Amino acid sequence: MTVWNVDKNAEAKTMVITAEFKTSITNVWQLWADPRLLERWWGPPGLPATFGHHDLTPGGTITYFMSGPDGNERFDGTWNVIEVDAPTRLVVEDAIVEDDGTPSDGNSMTRMEIDIEAMGDTTRMILTTHFDSLEGMEHAIATGVAEGMKACMSQIDALLAEAA
Amino acid sequence: MVVESLRENQADRLFFALSDATRRDIVTETLDRERSVSELGRLYPISLTAVQKHVEVLVNAGLVSKHRSGREQLVRGEFNQLRRAHDLLNELESVWRARLERFERVLDESSGKEDE
Repeated sequence: MTVWNVDKNAEAKTMVITAEFKTSITNVWQLWADPRLLERWWGPPGLPATFGHHDLTPGGTITYFMSGPDGNERFDGTWNVIEVDAPTRLVVEDAIVEDDGTPSDGNSMTRMEIDIEAMGDTTRMILTTHFDSLEGMEHAIATGVAEGMKACMSQIDALLAEAA
Repeated sequence: MVVESLRENQADRLFFALSDATRRDIVTETLDRERSVSELGRLYPISLTAVQKHVEVLVNAGLVSKHRSGREQLVRGEFNQLRRAHDLLNELESVWRARLERFERVLDESSGKEDE
């Protein structure tokens, strides 16, 4: 079961999400550390993410793109890796990127801090996202919702069919 | 946690700023157009110093901003900006809730494999 706490601060353009998972801290960390696992949950249904470069060391970069089924929609993303302390802490900053996937000016738009704590049988993940600008927030939303609920429902249907 | 107390302070400032009727009115009065501190002073039966103090509280809470124009201090309500940020954060929360549901599903699948 997952316990949620969402703390939003419009003034500071910051959101803190706390989630709890019934699994080990290593398993939670792996979902960030393994690009093949990361791409299975990062992108929304209908806009799956593909991670290319994935250098999880301070100063390293992580690149990914997300694309729609018809190829019309495509988002490229680059994270600059700021801090890595496996399996408890990861800090990345989103870089603005051009169409070819390279950072356009190195400006940080979004800073994401992931803190993972072992809590006995469960593992708690605290995700702090800070935005420099409203544009940064809009971008994050655009790459997060894709086709929205419709695609989400079809994904749920597919999963239910898989489970049956 | 430092981040925690920082956020609490910001929330405190916001609530404190909005707890006073005159301050709420100053935000409303400056939303449509900028007003100088002296202009605001004429709206309320309080001293100019008291108005300035109210404005400072609002500036600290991010509800208004202050600009100098010649010899005048202009005050502008920033509530729209705050409202926009608030709406965006709500949308972003939905994005992350969906993302974390996927996170948990992948977690179940990947740790299930290890246990087998």
